[in-house]
Amino acid sequence: MLTLSAAALTLASPALAEGVVSERADRVIRIGNLMPYSGPASAYSIVGRIEQAYFKMINDQGGINGRRVEFISYDDAYNPAKAVEQVRKLVERDQVLLVFSAMGTPTNAAIQKYLNLKQVPQLFAASGATRFGDPQAFPWTMGWQPPYQSEGRVYAKFILATRPQGRIAVLYQNDDLGRDLLKGLKDGLGDKAAMIALEESYEVAEPSADNHIARLKASGADVFVSITTPKFAAQSIKAAAALDWHPLYVQALVAASIAAVLRPAGLDASQGLVSAAYNKDASDPQWRDDAGMQRFHAFLDGYAPDVDRGDNSVAYGYGAAQCLVEVLRRAGDDLSRANIMKQAASLQGYAPDTLLPGITVNTAADDFHPIEQLRMMRFSGDHWELFGPVIDGKLRD
Amino acid sequence: MDLFLNQILAGIATGAIYACMALAVVMIYQAIDHLNFAQGEMAMFSTFVAWQLMQWGVPYWGAFVLTLAFSFAGGVIIERVLFKPLGNAPVLTHVAGFIALFAIINSVAGLTWDFTIKQFPSPFGSSPFLGSQLISTHQAGMIGVTIVLLILLFLFFQYTRIGLAMRAAASQPESARLVGINTSWMIALGWGMAAAIGSIAGMLIAPVVFLEPNMMGGVLIYGFAAAVLGGLSSPFGAVVGGFLVGVFENLAGTYIPGVGNELKLPIALALIVTVLVVKPTGLFGRTIVKRV
Repeated sequence: MLTLSAAALTLASPALAEGVVSERADRVIRIGNLMPYSGPASAYSIVGRIEQAYFKMINDQGGINGRRVEFISYDDAYNPAKAVEQVRKLVERDQVLLVFSAMGTPTNAAIQKYLNLKQVPQLFAASGATRFGDPQAFPWTMGWQPPYQSEGRVYAKFILATRPQGRIAVLYQNDDLGRDLLKGLKDGLGDKAAMIALEESYEVAEPSADNHIARLKASGADVFVSITTPKFAAQSIKAAAALDWHPLYVQALVAASIAAVLRPAGLDASQGLVSAAYNKDASDPQWRDDAGMQRFHAFLDGYAPDVDRGDNSVAYGYGAAQCLVEVLRRAGDDLSRANIMKQAASLQGYAPDTLLPGITVNTAADDFHPIEQLRMMRFSGDHWELFGPVIDGKLRD
Repeated sequence: MDLFLNQILAGIATGAIYACMALAVVMIYQAIDHLNFAQGEMAMFSTFVAWQLMQWGVPYWGAFVLTLAFSFAGGVIIERVLFKPLGNAPVLTHVAGFIALFAIINSVAGLTWDFTIKQFPSPFGSSPFLGSQLISTHQAGMIGVTIVLLILLFLFFQYTRIGLAMRAAASQPESARLVGINTSWMIALGWGMAAAIGSIAGMLIAPVVFLEPNMMGGVLIYGFAAAVLGGLSSPFGAVVGGFLVGVFENLAGTYIPGVGNELKLPIALALIVTVLVVKPTGLFGRTIVKRV
C-alpha cells in the first residue's frame, strides 16, 4: 500500500481523541483519493502525483481560506474490489471530507453506491463514463473530463459538417467507453444515424483488431470512427494503412497519445488522423506565452520538475486539482459535504489554466458534467494541430 | 465472393498466429503430458528480452539467436527448479504451479517494462505480399517460419536419437528408463524446446499485436483451441488447427449474424469443448490405447 501523506499514519494512532479530530478539521481539509499506483493501469497514477504536488503548492501559499489540504491517496491497483476496501478506509478511518479524482471507470463505478449511501462527495471522478454525471440517481457523484457521449456528439457534428454524404464505419470496445461514445455519436447524428454503414465491437481479450478492419473496409465506408484503447487503436491504424484504406479517420481521445499509440503504430500511418482535445498540449509551442500555461510550467518547475510534460495526465491532474481548489475556496467556512456539492454544481464559465481557450467548466443542479466542449485536432508531421471552432457536446439539449 | 476470399485470407493470416502458439503448446504436451498455462507468458517474456536486446543495440538476428538461447535455458531452469521437485505430485499441483508462474512472469514483465505497448520489428517488413492487401510480407513470413519449424520438429522427433528418446520418455516413461534413457532430463529438454519455440512465436506475433505484458492472453486460448482441434499429440495437426481456427472464427464473424462481435472468443472455447466431446484425440492425434 502506498500512502502519499503522513496524515494517514498520524490518524491511525489510537491516542487521537474524537474531539481532536473535529478541532483539527477546523484547520485542515482532508481529501481522499484512489490511484492505480501498481498494476496494468499504473501509468495513470501520475495524475495522483501531480495532484499531491498541486496541493503542496497551495499549502505553501497559505492553504485554502487559511486551511491546509491533506491529500490522502491509496493504491487500488485499478481493481474494483480493492477500490471499495480503500475507499471505506478513507471514509471511516481517515474521515476524509470528500473523495477526489479517483481514477478509472470500473473503480469509480464500484465506489459510487457506497459514497452516495454515505453522502460523501465523489468529486471529479477521473472517468469519461456518462454514469458519473447523473444527479438524480447519484447526487454525490460528479465527473470532470468531457463524458464519452459528449465526445461522440462532437464527432457527429464534425462529420455532419465535413462529410454530410459520408458512410461511417465504427469500431468500438465493448464496454462503458465504447457504448457511451457510440451512443453520443448516434444521438449527435440524430435522424442521419443511418450514415453508419457498419459497427463492429471487439473484446479486450481479442489478440488483434486486424480482421475487424478488413470487414470495416469492405463496408465501403469513407469515414472511420475508432473508439479504441491504446493497443487496439495502434493495431487499427497500422492495419488500415496496410490495407491501403484511407477514410476520414476519427480516433477517440482516450487513445490519441502520440507516445503511447501513434509512434508505435507508425507516424506515417497516422498522418491525417483527427481527434478532439480539451486540454492545452504542454509540448505545443503555441502556448509558450499563454498565462495559464506559464503558471502550469512554473508549478512543475517548483513541485514536479522530473515529470514528462508531454504526458496528457500531467495537465489533467493540474486542471482537476485547480478546479477542486476553486470549489473549496467558494465553499468558504461552510465545509459541510452538502455545501461542497452545492458549490461544485454551481460553477459557471470557470476556466482552469490548462483548458483550451473558449472551453470552460459549467455545472448546475441538474448538470453534473463539468466539461462538455472539445476542439477538433488533426495529426500532421509529428504533432496534433488544432483546427475549427470549439464544438459543444452538451448532453441536455 | 470477394469478401469471402478476403475473409479466408485474413483468417489464414490470423491463423498463423494461433498455429505458431499451438506448436509451442503441443511441444510441451509431448514432453510433460500437460498443457502449460504459463506458456504464453513465457513467450511474452522472451519477446521482451529480444526487444530489450535490440534497444541495447543488438541487431535483429543477433537478438533472435540470443533470445532463443535464453529461452531454452530459461525453460530448462524452470523445469529443474520448479517442476522436477513436483515430479510425483498430482496434476492439480502442477496446474497451481502453472498459474503461479503465469502471474509471476506477467507481473515481473509489467514491473520491468511497464504496460504501454511497444513496437516490435519484423524481419520480413510489412508491405503487401504478392499484391494482396490482406496478407503482408510479415504474415507470409510467419506462415513460412511456422512450416519450416514444423518440418524441423518432424525430422527431430522422427530421425534423431534424442528426439526418439524424448518421445519414448513422454509416452512410456517406465520402458524408456529400462532401456537407459534419462527421462528426467528428457523432460527438462522438452521444457527448453517448448520455451524456445514459444519465444519464436512471441517474436513473430509481437509485430502484429504489439508487445505488452498481456499480449499473449487471448492468443494462448486460441492456441489451445488450435492444438486441441488438430490433436495435442500432433505438431502437424496443431498447425493445421491454427489455420482452421483462424478461418473459422473469421467466417463465423462475417456470416453468422449476431455472432461476429461479442462471441468471437466463445467460438474458440466452444470449439475446444466440441472437439473434446466428439473426437478427443483431435483431427490428427494418435488414439491412445491403454492396456488394462
